[in-house]
Amino acid sequence: MRYVEEFRDPVKARAVLAEIARVTDQIGATAENPVRIMEICGGHTHAIFRYGLDKLTPEGLEFIHGPGCPVCVLPMARVDECVEIAEQEGVIFTTFGDAMRVPGTRKSLLQAKADGADIRMVYSPLDALELARRNPEREVVFFGLGFETTTPSTALTIQQAARENIRNFSVFCNHITVPPPIRALLDDPHMRLDGFVGPGHVSMVIGTHPYDFIAQDYGKPIVVAGFEPLDLLQSVLMVLVQIRDGVARVENQYARVVPEHGNPVSLAAIEDVYEPRPSFEWRGLGEIDASGLRIRDGYKAFDAEEKFGIGYAAGTRNVPEPEGCACGAVMTGRMKPTECPQFGRGCTPDMPLGALMVSSEGACAAYWTYGGARAVEPAE
Amino acid sequence: MCLGIPGQIVEITDAACQLGMADVSGVRREVSLACVADRPLDQLIGEWALIHVGFAMALIDADEAAETLAALEGLGEAQETLEQMAEGAKALAPKGEVVQ
Amino acid sequence: MNMASKPSRLRGDRVTLAHGGGGRAMRDLIEEVFTDVFRPESSEDQARLSHDALRQPGAQLAFTTDSFVVTPVEFPGGDIGKLAICGTVNDLAVGGAQPLWLSAAFIIEEGCEIALLRRIVASMAREAAAAGVRIVTGDTKVVEKGSCDRVYITTSGVGVIPAGRNLGAARIQPGDVVMVNGVLGDHGATILAARGDLSLSAALASDCRSLNGLMEAVLQAAPGTRAARDATRGGVASTLNEMAEEAGVTIELEDEALPLRAEVRGMCEILGLDPLYLANEGTLVLVVPETEAEAALAAMRARPEGQGAAIIGRARARGAIPVVTRTAFGGTRIVDMLVGEQLPRIC
Repeated sequence: MRYVEEFRDPVKARAVLAEIARVTDQIGATAENPVRIMEICGGHTHAIFRYGLDKLTPEGLEFIHGPGCPVCVLPMARVDECVEIAEQEGVIFTTFGDAMRVPGTRKSLLQAKADGADIRMVYSPLDALELARRNPEREVVFFGLGFETTTPSTALTIQQAARENIRNFSVFCNHITVPPPIRALLDDPHMRLDGFVGPGHVSMVIGTHPYDFIAQDYGKPIVVAGFEPLDLLQSVLMVLVQIRDGVARVENQYARVVPEHGNPVSLAAIEDVYEPRPSFEWRGLGEIDASGLRIRDGYKAFDAEEKFGIGYAAGTRNVPEPEGCACGAVMTGRMKPTECPQFGRGCTPDMPLGALMVSSEGACAAYWTYGGARAVEPAE
Repeated sequence: MCLGIPGQIVEITDAACQLGMADVSGVRREVSLACVADRPLDQLIGEWALIHVGFAMALIDADEAAETLAALEGLGEAQETLEQMAEGAKALAPKGEVVQ
Repeated sequence: MNMASKPSRLRGDRVTLAHGGGGRAMRDLIEEVFTDVFRPESSEDQARLSHDALRQPGAQLAFTTDSFVVTPVEFPGGDIGKLAICGTVNDLAVGGAQPLWLSAAFIIEEGCEIALLRRIVASMAREAAAAGVRIVTGDTKVVEKGSCDRVYITTSGVGVIPAGRNLGAARIQPGDVVMVNGVLGDHGATILAARGDLSLSAALASDCRSLNGLMEAVLQAAPGTRAARDATRGGVASTLNEMAEEAGVTIELEDEALPLRAEVRGMCEILGLDPLYLANEGTLVLVVPETEAEAALAAMRARPEGQGAAIIGRARARGAIPVVTRTAFGGTRIVDMLVGEQLPRIC
């Protein structure tokens, strides 16, 4: 087993799709009054469109694309700070490719690179640390962004840097956490959601219990899901069955990867290196309590915020979203990407206005790229 | 940030730093095994792990995977039964009438 | 070759600005490294050419040019020199032309190893011989260190399209069959691995190869062939978008029919890339009428460079979207033109 193809079997998918249609029908959901399920993670949004699943599920089932795309929820101010750090003399600024095209107020990292900043895309924070080893005369900064899936990798890298006493390496920490924005969404009186598909790879780190409040306090079902199409379909079905049966539980469809209590090594590394910020700014969602992480004092030497005096902690930046950008409304499910007046006009993948159009995980880019917007007519 | 992909651990490359080689469809990359080192490193060889940004983040549980697939299988069989019943009903129905 | 038989007049192992200065050092470099290998017939400032094929009534001259920059300059399956020959030969071949003559111009960075240049030139000579074309004229310039990356090559090519041949995307009709000559994305994936900055390794080689022989075989077997393109930068997706736009049709692909090597699939999964957008250097996209599809496929499969040939989709009446693909699940998605470069992603 390679744990990939087995979960892409179209024959099995047909059976799950038929069952999804049956249960949606039993719930009594219709196109006018749909059952609304939020897939929290951008990876799931991507998979839905990549495999065209949105066109195979019944009309009575509506996917709301959640805030689980770290690039999409990154305020412009953070991009500006990245550019500012990258443009400092002697800096090698390293980042995942995802962040390169996100527009800042002045420019994106891609544009800053063209303007002469030494910005390098890396696959792993370990590669950034290796750059620091090889370039002892340069300051190598790694842009730490992402949810709990990615946080352990930067924590472990910082621990390694500390062990080797690599002083020219630092992380610009903008890590965020999944549960707080979910709570914020559930507290929003305009929000109408019937259930959640939970983020599988975040959960392999934190386990399933951090979602208990969703079922217990808000009475909504959540199923932690894998990323192959069958995983996703099966999870949607599990959510629908809970809704039909009037129960709300935390279920784990992705048990082959997600242990109930998460990964102890990862959790310990996060705990050792990071601490919650009192609050953190999310694009489109505003300030959310305890939703961001910062580097603990013990690892101050590896904190780019400390080294450069730039970052959220400095609190100097308050950049308004671009005029006309409705990313916030789209992200909270109040507006569909296609309902945004800028969609496809002032905002396209070539000239993105908002972050949802930049990242391939962003709901708007997914709509644009994979045809949610520009309807694909069926073949005869 | 969710791009994670199953890879097989095929070699320990640096035991002191807990590094090993992972193979994804014939593509190899050195990864950190720190998060999955719950046993002597040698015993990880041959195991499948979920790889994300150069880290083996979790070992993949073969039994759980089989169970998930079995559940899907069961759904398929149930669906087949449903379809056969529908076929049967269609065959019995008077001509011209469509049974859904 | 006679290079080894006479002592080298070149001093040092690397190209210096003196080699671009117009004096004796330049002459020595050009003679020893380039003309001794390419052996052009004319030592004048221009090649003087004639060919019987040009005198046939209705024959057309085909002329194309392309510049080549690649990092690293040598990679599994080829090098920048081989690329520079194949690329221009293929641009001629996909128009139905028989490639005849090539020019080659080199921008060389000060400090470039002469041994590297010799390897590149040897590789060009080899590929040109294999493709049956001659390198008849050329040029070299040397630029200061940092002004280019070791060596850039521009090749132009001239060929002859026999009378009666008229390939073009505008001729594509609904119902036509779209096929490729083999697995997709090998070149792009090979280069990604060869750059080394992602620390990925795989037993992959570039598909860099000349396609004129294959093209000729296809046109013999399927004379009604509508159009052909060499899917390089931007991958098969970009090529198909161009073709569909020009033809005013929609091309519908089958996800499952796309031939991909396991390693390319693996690379794409790790980096979050779509293989449809990976670069190729020896991938033919062919559109033929349905009646000739089997013949074209068989003709391709009979040759080593077409062994993995496969039908990947069909043209149909123009819809809202130029190129779509049908997933194994029966869903469809748009295969758009790429915005900028495909970047590795982790989310």
